[in-house]
Amino acid sequence: MLYYLVRRILQAIPVLIGTTFLIYFMVFAMPGNPILGLFGDRAPNPALLERLEEQYQFNQPFIVQYLNYLGNVLQGNFGLSFSGQSVNEILARTFPVTLQLAAIAIVIEIVVALALGLISGLRPGGIVDYFSLGFSLLLISMPIFVLCFIAQFFFAVQLGWFSPTVGANTSIGNMLLPGIVLALFVIATPIRLARTSVMETSRSDFVRTAYSKGLSRRRVVPVHILRNSLIPVTTQFGSDFGLLIVGATVTEGIFNVPGVGNTLYQAIIRGERPTVVSFVTVMVLIYLIVNIVIDLLYAALDPRIRYAK
Amino acid sequence: MTRLLEVVDLEVGFRTGNGVVKALNGVSFTIDRGESVAIVGESGSGKSTTAAAIINLLPGGGEILGGKVLFEGKDLAKASTAELEEVRGKRIGFVPQDPMSNLDPVWSVGFQVRETVRANGLATDRAGAKAKSIEVLQQAGLPGAEQRFHQYPHQFSGGMRQRVLIGMGLAANPSLLIADEPTSALDVTVQRRILDHLDSLTENSGTALMFITHDLGLAAERASKLIVMYKGRIVEAGPSLEILRNPRHPYTQRLIAAAPSLASRRIQASGAGEVAPVASGEQQAALEVEQLDLASAAEHRLQHEDARREAGDAIVVDELTKVFKIRQGGFRSTEFTAVDKVSFSIPKGTTTALVGESGSGKSTVAKLLLGLETPTSGAITIDGRRTDALTGRARFELRRRMQPVFQDPYGSLDPLMSIGSIIAEPLTVHGVGDRASRRQRVLELLDQVALPRVLAGRYPNELSGGQRQRIAIARALALKPEIVVLDEAVSALDVLVQAQILSLLAELQEELGLTYLFITHDLAVVRVIADNVCVMQKGRIVEQAATDEVFDNPREQYTRDLLEAIPGASLLAS
Amino acid sequence: MRSDLSTGRASDAPHYVSDFADEAVVQIDSVKLDERRSNLWIDAWRDLRRRPVFWVSGVLILFITVVALFPGLFTSVDPRFCDIAKSNAGPEAGHVLGYTRQGCDVYARIVTGTGTSLSVGLIVVLLTSVLGILFGSLAGYYGGVVDAVLSRAGDIFFSIPYILAAVVIMSVLSAHRNIFVISLAIGLFAWPSTARVMRAEVMRVKNADFVMASIALGLSRFRILLRHVLPNAIAPVIVISTISLAAAITAEATLSFLGVGLPNSIMSWGNDISQAQATLRTEPMPLIWPSLALIVTVLSFILMGEALRNALDPRARARR
Repeated sequence: MLYYLVRRILQAIPVLIGTTFLIYFMVFAMPGNPILGLFGDRAPNPALLERLEEQYQFNQPFIVQYLNYLGNVLQGNFGLSFSGQSVNEILARTFPVTLQLAAIAIVIEIVVALALGLISGLRPGGIVDYFSLGFSLLLISMPIFVLCFIAQFFFAVQLGWFSPTVGANTSIGNMLLPGIVLALFVIATPIRLARTSVMETSRSDFVRTAYSKGLSRRRVVPVHILRNSLIPVTTQFGSDFGLLIVGATVTEGIFNVPGVGNTLYQAIIRGERPTVVSFVTVMVLIYLIVNIVIDLLYAALDPRIRYAK
Repeated sequence: MTRLLEVVDLEVGFRTGNGVVKALNGVSFTIDRGESVAIVGESGSGKSTTAAAIINLLPGGGEILGGKVLFEGKDLAKASTAELEEVRGKRIGFVPQDPMSNLDPVWSVGFQVRETVRANGLATDRAGAKAKSIEVLQQAGLPGAEQRFHQYPHQFSGGMRQRVLIGMGLAANPSLLIADEPTSALDVTVQRRILDHLDSLTENSGTALMFITHDLGLAAERASKLIVMYKGRIVEAGPSLEILRNPRHPYTQRLIAAAPSLASRRIQASGAGEVAPVASGEQQAALEVEQLDLASAAEHRLQHEDARREAGDAIVVDELTKVFKIRQGGFRSTEFTAVDKVSFSIPKGTTTALVGESGSGKSTVAKLLLGLETPTSGAITIDGRRTDALTGRARFELRRRMQPVFQDPYGSLDPLMSIGSIIAEPLTVHGVGDRASRRQRVLELLDQVALPRVLAGRYPNELSGGQRQRIAIARALALKPEIVVLDEAVSALDVLVQAQILSLLAELQEELGLTYLFITHDLAVVRVIADNVCVMQKGRIVEQAATDEVFDNPREQYTRDLLEAIPGASLLAS
Repeated sequence: MRSDLSTGRASDAPHYVSDFADEAVVQIDSVKLDERRSNLWIDAWRDLRRRPVFWVSGVLILFITVVALFPGLFTSVDPRFCDIAKSNAGPEAGHVLGYTRQGCDVYARIVTGTGTSLSVGLIVVLLTSVLGILFGSLAGYYGGVVDAVLSRAGDIFFSIPYILAAVVIMSVLSAHRNIFVISLAIGLFAWPSTARVMRAEVMRVKNADFVMASIALGLSRFRILLRHVLPNAIAPVIVISTISLAAAITAEATLSFLGVGLPNSIMSWGNDISQAQATLRTEPMPLIWPSLALIVTVLSFILMGEALRNALDPRARARR
């Protein structure tokens, strides 16, 4: 297990170097003064310009610039935003909000996806199966912003069940609608996958053997079928986490949730490139960390991984 | 007193896209207390469906359409789920076929035994359940049961897993144990030990045994009563020895004639004399149409052996060694010697069998010969030319003289190519002939392997396993090679089809003067096809001699173990 | 011939033999051919033909393609002609879906935007398929160092969510926003999923015995890859490409919605939705119509992918 953990973290290192290099390359390997380029057609604030120059050290060769930047990222120093604020300060303020939103979305996602996947996998061709198939296909086809507007329009504006925007009040009740929307955005794949793996596990030899031992359905379904189906669903969750990040960015923006995603959203909309770059880097780091955690969870779920050397 | 199990006119169907397909057509039989009954049949005969229908665990889409399953007087076909759960495990134990897939990979072995113990009310508290579970595992012959209690299935070997499954099947001392091909997935020597253990357990507890198998010899050896099934019906049933000695149904007769284990025993029993026919008189006529009596086929081979034998060796293998590096993660790796200084030679026009259990290195030898792997050291000489000295063109030319046939009939043909282009591929690759002549050769080859010519325009998945194997043979023969490497080429086939392919191979050898390297785990098949035998164990050849000598006077203990594992020893020798 | 011991039931006789007549033992392993030929593609087509989902999505895709190629057949209104006086006005003759906030014809803009969405989708899929098939098959087929390098490279690109990567690229290239650049920005980071599927399939196929048989024939490794491995590994890639096309259309709309996609001079549903959001509460229709067009288009490809998956996926096939 320890061996697996160490190996997994070692594997993440080249990926971390690669991703940060790619981002850095995409932004700063462009012709012209990269700092002016960051500001596009706007006139930069001279004081900020100076501090940015200090931060990025553009007089150095490219590789030194990159290593500086990587060093900063590894120390948890993500630099400055467009307005000159430290990205770390913004993170400290916004991250808990995003965590709360993500938690709501993930809990809904897991519970609903497993429930629908389990029922439709146990009874393929049944009503629930057809409903969840149609439901998930429709959801896959909806871009996140359309989903947000539909929810905002019907549930907040028309029905008045929720407030259309969250603003400063980040209570659970207020965060519920964006949380549900975000969950719906990412839920289709886990539903389909849970269904497939429940179906396949139900047909597996060991499930039949479990019944032949005299076990009841009430025991076989959770202990053998569901437990085994969790493994592929968990793995997929890691690869799909990118979708959750993009979804959170747009959802927070549209519902005005004061989180990390909203900061990125506003920066994109306003074309504040230094902020965009810093926050995309933050998101990629989160993605990498979450994937390591998922892999550990996967090892915890699957003894074949846990006890493999 | 009611009988233990009485199956009456059982009918089972499977729902498919095109309506219901019947798998069982009125099956009736009985099993008395303490009796052992074997159900024998080929794949698709309905033998496993019968087993599953008794405990009402038919796979998806399966349904009991009619008939009764009276177990201790109660009809299980109409029993409620709760009643069935009460019977399963407690009154009827079940041992499944494949030990690799029948234990839940995510729970420890101890957990899975304990849940069986608890579900069947064998213990009420935690400690009691654990103690009972360990006892169950010990009884099943699992060494170190207490220490291994918390280990997971993937940490167990196949044989050990099967012991766990047998333990669970017998945990509650059921009055009937259904064993569905319980050892087919295991190595022969392991198979024998496990079956012996199963026998002693059921005998001691007076449990009746319903034993499902495709091997008639094994069935007769392990059960006092035989039921032969064919296409969802029972064709013949009765006392085992009676059926073996006096089979009446033409299907049973064929099955006995084609079973390698029995054929090998019959050859053994006949000594130097004539092999006794399976059936006599007019019944024999039915058999001769297909000419599938393996024992007489083998005799025929021997008679023609001198004619086949030419001077010289087709293949000489000298001190062949293959070492694999196994990565242990990171930068560490260990060396594994798959083939260890193996030497043998195959005279032209003869068959040499390479026999061994899984992991013995026999398939690696085949791969080395075929140039699919490079030897670590040692030399291979084919037709007097050392292969390691050959370069590009010469090596390419050499491939024409030696062609393989592999085990898996479903994987050995490219599913997207028509059968015509599959057979013609060797010709196109080696630039033999023009389009028209290649087409002619394809038709010729189809004739040779006794398949209709229309198949040339068809695709592999329209064919059965045996037919695909014929196509693979036709492809191997396309370039008129002198040597054919048969890597478990008949192992995946049903007995009758297997016998058919074996006799086809013998015919082709006689006709074309082919040299065969026959790789197999099944020593029984060796007896009927091979001139010489090399027995492999852990990468080495432990015994090497003419077939008769190996069978009559085995020198090594390992060879003797393998020979004893061929079922049917006690049956026909008398 | 009937056995005298037989009384009809196996259970009653000591040695039961069934009637020979009704158990005519057919010739062993005789060839029984269906009238129709059968291989993966023939079977898949036969399967697809029976699926209503395939026909519905096929007709929709055909229709969308026609709209994209010949927008003039469906509208004669200039989508760029806007009359601010008609801002958010309702439907009227010749303008069936009403007007946008800027007073442009909603229907004409949707019709013209179809080409944009479809072009981006096709270019992205072309890019991800070429990169994915190339890298995936090389990694899966040659293994070892090639696999290690290509798979790690794939991991790196996969670790930046492709929409975020496209946001960065499009921000930097703000002066060069057009259909090709946005497709490149999306495709450059979306190929690893195709490559992963391809790699897994190639690894499955390359161990098949028919590949071994071809090696034993002396066919070169690369030829085997082209002749045997790729054709047998391509089916799941077709499925995932169909779904990628839908995802690319969504990605373009999302980027345009965020203001880092296509400029307003290029007709895009994402842009129109973005502009209609300000008046969502009072005038939802200018937002709903392009959203609907987007959903229907994406759904068509998703449904097609679903139908293809059921027909082609080896696991789905094995289940039948």
